[in-house]
Amino acid sequence: MAVETNQMRKFLNDPARVVKESLAGLAAAHGDLLRYDVAKQIIVRKDAPKKGKVALISGGGSGHEPLHGGFVGLGMLDAACPGEVFTSPVPEQMLAATKAVDGGAGVVHIVKNYTGDVLNFKMAAEDAADEGIKVTSVVIDDDVAVQDSLYTAGRRGVGATVLAEKIAGAAAESGADLAKVTDIVKRVNDRSRSFGVALSSCVPPASGKAIFDLPEGQVELGIGIHGEPGRRRAPLGSATEVVDVIVEAVLSDLKPKRGSKVLAFVNGMGGTPLLELYLLYGEVDKKLRAAGMEPVRNLVGSYITSLEMAGASLTVLELDEELTKYWDAPVHTAALRWGV
Amino acid sequence: MDAATITSWMREIDASVRAERDHLVQLDAAIGDGDHGTNMTRGFAAVVQALDTDPGSPPGKLLILAGRTLVSTVGGASGPLWGSALRSGGRVLGDQEVFDGGQLVEVLAAALASVKDLGTAAVGDKTMVDALEPAVEKLRARLADGVPLGPALEDAAAAAEAGMRSTIPIQARKGRASYLGERSVGHQDPGATSTALVIRALQKAVVQQNS
Repeated sequence: MAVETNQMRKFLNDPARVVKESLAGLAAAHGDLLRYDVAKQIIVRKDAPKKGKVALISGGGSGHEPLHGGFVGLGMLDAACPGEVFTSPVPEQMLAATKAVDGGAGVVHIVKNYTGDVLNFKMAAEDAADEGIKVTSVVIDDDVAVQDSLYTAGRRGVGATVLAEKIAGAAAESGADLAKVTDIVKRVNDRSRSFGVALSSCVPPASGKAIFDLPEGQVELGIGIHGEPGRRRAPLGSATEVVDVIVEAVLSDLKPKRGSKVLAFVNGMGGTPLLELYLLYGEVDKKLRAAGMEPVRNLVGSYITSLEMAGASLTVLELDEELTKYWDAPVHTAALRWGV
Repeated sequence: MDAATITSWMREIDASVRAERDHLVQLDAAIGDGDHGTNMTRGFAAVVQALDTDPGSPPGKLLILAGRTLVSTVGGASGPLWGSALRSGGRVLGDQEVFDGGQLVEVLAAALASVKDLGTAAVGDKTMVDALEPAVEKLRARLADGVPLGPALEDAAAAAEAGMRSTIPIQARKGRASYLGERSVGHQDPGATSTALVIRALQKAVVQQNS
């Protein structure tokens, strides 16, 4: 039986068990790539720990699938720590994941910049260091919708997280050491900027209520990935007009060199079909070229989502040769697979 | 006050965050992500359960156990913040079996210091500090004036509630609400709200024990 409230129609057995049951399903579907440790509440790469390989872990609240569990596998993450929906996991999970994947070459924690994620990962990194594991942490903060100032918790980590996990995962797979892999995560973050818009809110299973109401004909500009309202609300224009706003927000902050080769990542928030995402990509591609960029790589699809929110985000990464090489390297995870 | 005070304080918090769960969710949905009521309820239910397994421990150790339980069950920002707060508070009491009002002030002051340190927040940022700091200061001042513990705690709880209401007109500078910029104005902070519940629960627990 599904669970239904006034605003919610979801496939559930028990809202309190949605994360666990979903992870069990992920493991059932992809047992060749990963395993689900129910007691420790972590997703671990099937062949971890790999002796001598730098390991990468990430984690955060659930509700952003396929992030992060769907990115565990060859050439990407070694483990993922899923929290409750939109709630950071706890330090015990991160410590358990760190211990499960450490092959002696150290572990990189990829942390999205949210107060809860940062605090819990910080505690876990201290615990891991106490146990003699070399851990580095990189905080991802690519969302230009948030002013990075004394007056905010800083920019949120959004689309660049996916790109950093892929690119640094490939570096680790190729044998790069801890300092190098850490540097790659930082470089991807430094060279990426993102901006998101929403056409609807989303409904967390525990509350059964939409987080915000968006009146007809309106768009939320500058949203994050937790159903939180955006920085402002505006009348919904054509797709071309919306893309103008998004690309302008990203490029004015990234300030890429003219002629730069970039990776353009058009991400769906969970409730927007590929039909529209490709339409958006077409607009983004034109606009980037008009601005003097060369979009030489792209990713289009729903990879870092906000439950069933309708909406999309754009991440632009200014590539260099090394980042491009690692982007192209083989990857085999539940959600991303090429070259293998 | 003794171990029983701590146990009944935690039980009062558990009951009040559960009763106010939907309200906290609502406040959080307006400027955050709508999970605060659910997280606090899950955490303090686990605390009550954990304390049941550890009868006979001194009050400081119970606070440390409560803090550890919150860190390992809540997640989000409130898990580490309340977890560190209770652990720091518990360490103040060491192994002693009983404590007085002055020591209670030191417990709360240590809790406040750890929240401010971990969250890098100050009064006026629209966070739990807006409720916690005035409560600690009020309790310290009233006890220094020679007011008995019961009425002093009543004033501290009222100060926390006033601090909670003071978050309505201000713009958030920390936590997820800060992403909203000016749109966070006009909403009461959910963290300050649950903090006021925690202080009120302390007042109720002490009154009950002394009646």
